[in-house]
Amino acid sequence: MPPRKSFGTGGSSGGGRGRTGAAGAAGAAGKDGQRRPMFRRRKVCKFCSDKIDDINYKDSKLLMPFVPERAKIMPRRISGTCAAHQRKLRTAIMRARQLALIPYTAE
Amino acid sequence: MNRKYELVYIVSPDATEEQVTDLHTQVDAIVQRMGGTLEKTENWGRRKLAYEIGRHKEGTYVLEGILGTGEVMKEIDRRLKVTDLVIRHLVVRVDEEQAVVDRTRSKRTEASRRRRIARGLPPDRAPGEGQRGDGDDDRDDRFDMGEGV
Repeated sequence: MPPRKSFGTGGSSGGGRGRTGAAGAAGAAGKDGQRRPMFRRRKVCKFCSDKIDDINYKDSKLLMPFVPERAKIMPRRISGTCAAHQRKLRTAIMRARQLALIPYTAE
Repeated sequence: MNRKYELVYIVSPDATEEQVTDLHTQVDAIVQRMGGTLEKTENWGRRKLAYEIGRHKEGTYVLEGILGTGEVMKEIDRRLKVTDLVIRHLVVRVDEEQAVVDRTRSKRTEASRRRRIARGLPPDRAPGEGQRGDGDDDRDDRFDMGEGV
């Protein structure tokens, strides 16, 4: 049974739902040919698929993936988060920042 | 009008254990005096701050769940502002969001129960039923095509 999984994820970018999928597709298009049909992983809102209703500012482990290196909030077009959840995520991140659980910037 | 609030404050790392508990009793006293109730309190202990506040690099976090009026929180806010030992604090009203969360959650379980009954299954899931197994390949993206097609 496990071997079937190898169909789903294309190589190294396995498991990554939002960013890795999109970045991988863009890279492939730039490298070899414009005519080839682009396969882009459909982005899914993490909070919808995992059924997380409560985006809490205290849960920095949940929030950290949405503030990559520069500690800016990851835009919806990259993370794939739905509008409703992005709004909640934003308030949660801003609260967590006030409490120094998440950085405002990274030097 | 009683509302539910959460208060988190960061105590300076120079503070002793006693001073932290002392602050807690102070908050408790204000809440009691103004007719509120302290529902829960959590001490997260000493944590590293994500950025420096003043000259501090870490602090002791304390969380309090308070049921009371806006006046109570106003007073606590004012007191914490003038307390030098507290380097940062945040008051958040939580009851409204909690209600929304509860509503969506119950709506979801209800919907799933209704569907299960319609399919002739018992309304609640048996443990382990419908969990993701090795055979599931919902991550299969062979048929997901982007706009480029």
